[in-house]
Amino acid sequence: MLDVRKLSKAFAGFVAVDAVSLAVETRQTTAVIGPNGAGKSTFFNLITGHLRPDSGQVLLDGRDITGTPPHRICRLGIGRSFQRTNIFTRLSVLENVQAALLAHRGRGHDFWSRSERFYRDEAEELLGSIGLAHQADSTAGTLAYGNQKQLELGIALASDPQVLLLDEPTAGMSATETREAMKLLERIAGERGLTLIFTEHDMEVVFSIAEKIAVLHQGRVLAKGTPAEVRADAEVRRVYLGERP
Amino acid sequence: MNRVALGRSIPWTLVVFLIAVWVPALGSRYDTFLGTQIAIDALFVVSLNLLLGTTGLVSFGHAAYFGIGAYACGILMKTYGVPFVIAFPAAALIAAFFALIFGFFCVRLSALYFAMLTLAFAQIVWAICFKWNAVTGGDEGLPNIPYPKLDWISSLPGLGDLSIADEFYLLTILMVALSFAILRQVIRSPFGRMLTTIRDNPERAAFIGLNVRAYELAAFVVAGGFAGLAGALYGIFNRGAFADYVFWSKSAEVLIMTILGGINYFWGPPVGAFALVWLNQEITSYTQYWPFVLGVVLLVLLFGFPGGIVGGLVAGYERLRRMLRPRHA
Amino acid sequence: MAASFLFSQFVGGLTTAMFLFLIASGLSLVFGVMRVVNFAHGTFYMLGAYLAWQAVQWLSPTGENFWPAALLAALGIAVLGAVVERLLLRHLYGREELYQLLFTYALVLILGDAAKFIWGTGQLSVTRPPVLAASLHLFGAEVPLYNLFIMILGPLIALGGWLVLNRSGAGRLVRAASYDREMLDALGANVGTIYTGMFVVSAFLAGLSGALVTPIESVVPGMDVEIIVQAFIVVVIGGLGSFWGTFWGSVIYGQVLSFGILIFPGFSLFSVFALMAVILIIRPWGLFGRPIR
Ligand SMILES: Nc1ncnc2c1ncn2[C@@H]1O[C@H](COP(=O)(O)OP(=O)(O)OP(=O)(O)O)[C@@H](O)[C@H]1O
Ligand SMILES: [Mg+2]
Repeated sequence: MLDVRKLSKAFAGFVAVDAVSLAVETRQTTAVIGPNGAGKSTFFNLITGHLRPDSGQVLLDGRDITGTPPHRICRLGIGRSFQRTNIFTRLSVLENVQAALLAHRGRGHDFWSRSERFYRDEAEELLGSIGLAHQADSTAGTLAYGNQKQLELGIALASDPQVLLLDEPTAGMSATETREAMKLLERIAGERGLTLIFTEHDMEVVFSIAEKIAVLHQGRVLAKGTPAEVRADAEVRRVYLGERP
Repeated sequence: MNRVALGRSIPWTLVVFLIAVWVPALGSRYDTFLGTQIAIDALFVVSLNLLLGTTGLVSFGHAAYFGIGAYACGILMKTYGVPFVIAFPAAALIAAFFALIFGFFCVRLSALYFAMLTLAFAQIVWAICFKWNAVTGGDEGLPNIPYPKLDWISSLPGLGDLSIADEFYLLTILMVALSFAILRQVIRSPFGRMLTTIRDNPERAAFIGLNVRAYELAAFVVAGGFAGLAGALYGIFNRGAFADYVFWSKSAEVLIMTILGGINYFWGPPVGAFALVWLNQEITSYTQYWPFVLGVVLLVLLFGFPGGIVGGLVAGYERLRRMLRPRHA
Repeated sequence: MAASFLFSQFVGGLTTAMFLFLIASGLSLVFGVMRVVNFAHGTFYMLGAYLAWQAVQWLSPTGENFWPAALLAALGIAVLGAVVERLLLRHLYGREELYQLLFTYALVLILGDAAKFIWGTGQLSVTRPPVLAASLHLFGAEVPLYNLFIMILGPLIALGGWLVLNRSGAGRLVRAASYDREMLDALGANVGTIYTGMFVVSAFLAGLSGALVTPIESVVPGMDVEIIVQAFIVVVIGGLGSFWGTFWGSVIYGQVLSFGILIFPGFSLFSVFALMAVILIIRPWGLFGRPIR
């Protein structure tokens, strides 16, 4: 599905992502973990075209999409959420999702209809499935933090992605909220047949739902494999889980 | 909807138009004069607000397209004898064309570049208008733009004998009302919705699949075209096109009108235009330091009333409603 | 075309360039560190010129006290910068970029008219300081010593500025602030002081260039907007926030303006426009700037 080959990016000489390769199968759930500053967000930004890699390739279904601008990548079927919540704060929750639907269906060039008439039912249904139906008319910026994260998921889903990249989907949530959010994610990924890639600091969450884990450290892949393999990896235990041999 | 539903369903453009129609009949010649000025400025600010309030782009050089519209219409009518019905839309197209060229550069980088480049391009347009004697009349300007033939307005039933100024006033408010209707629709359309997503969050907007630069450019062109219409009317109203129309202080004036009225409401900027034209009339007899007044107005707005007049009124209304509600409940 | 004519165009362009560089580097510095585009930077320049004229009148209208007058003017503008930053701009840092931009724009309107109120709308001029009143004959062209002085001073300030930014502790802090504000905050550096410092330094540079321009150009209202627009074009050419970009951007601008007169008589600004358009197409982030992605 998604095949990342030797991706590298340096900022003013500082190598943030160093020859990272990662192949992800369709419908697989992959976690990218690593300490703060490991390069996880940068890695995502390289895939989604927000940053241009210095070298390396990104292949989607065998097609080279390296260096494609973000709006095209989105149209090719990669959705994402951002680490710092990224929603349209002054629109209502419903309008957020509606806008994403309009954009995805190429309706944005339409000058002569009324935007609020489009895709109402679909938007409401989507909000229902992520548990925000009761908030549909609230202004997005006034939502609680957790709900904003949910809404961002809704916006990403509106573009009907095949691959979904989530940068710390549960950051700032309480333990209960985190569990619920991950349950929701698992359900939606299952229903829609999504290929999910996410970063996360909560190891319990990671090991409970990831089928594959890649560990980044100082921009490099330290280990990758099944949760069991990663858990057993001596290097990971030493560097990341903070154990001394 | 949590936001104000105040007057949502009222067709304000029609209401204001129907009221404004009575000005020549009921008011003085001076009122008609002021009314024309306000109507033209209202169109100018609403076109700017498509950038500022809807798309989130701050143009410091919107007067360029206003001035281009005035010169284009004036040159066509005066130098080439083109009738108004053709010169007027042509002015909009020419202004939009220049907006396309300059806008192409302005939207290429961040919002800060946009601010700098809009000003730089406007000053370049100003320098050209100021120096190109053969076409624009240079520092003398382009005086004596002819009035369009408007006798037909007087022959409409019920209007009777009107002065040329009255006729032109009626033409102006009609054109402005039509433009408002179009712009209102554009803002409500899916296209307009895309612009608001860009205003709220350009990064996310790109990642729902929008080519943000292309949309910004489209908004810039539409805004430039309508500013051109306003300029065309202004040139005729003032009987001439002059380099002042393009000067940066004119851009400052519209920008401040827009913010003064309130950029978050369609009718905010026209209210700002009304207020500032009125303030200008009151003040110019006391002081020639109009930019100073504008600057102070802007400072007060920035530190005290970021929502502008309409924003403040709406907030006040909301507070009043909340205060009254418990008693009725 | 006579070589002497070409040479004097060249010298004229270089003199313009050095003033532009002093202005644009202050603009670029404030932008690089504070992410504020200061529209009032040109106004600081104009006020520097007016203050210099005023100080010359006070000290000695014959001109032998030009240097202290220029320094006084520059210091006056530095103080003005400090007041503006501490009392007003500071309160807008948390708000959207738009507000900071509009604030500096309000200053342009207010201070510009204040200058008109104080000094009127006529042209004021200052005689060249006696030491540099003479001219040299170079390649058949007459080059005023004062211009030569400016042409040497510009690169010296460039070099000095570059050394301070890259070799001193304070410079390192400033550069760090332009990369990562939060990081610097976390390290315990006082970002507020750095911001005030930067703003004051840039105001000082603007005031100084305004003062130094008075023997060459007369002081008139409107010189503020004229110079700020030119400075904008320079940073667009060179790359916003890039030190050497502003330097070379100014040099190129000055030469294109000087020699553009030969191609488009009366429309030398047009050649600058063409240059800017070409650069924006092939390198939108400027000659020395960094691409955003
Ligand atoms: N635009 C940039 N310019 C310069 N350095 C950057 C930039 N973006 C990221 N970095 C640096 O690259 C490194 C990796 O950052 P990144 O945000 O990818 O880490 P992360 O793994 O997502 O960390 P976190 O868990 O804190 O989100 C960090 O040291 C960061 O300071
Ligand atoms: Mg991150």
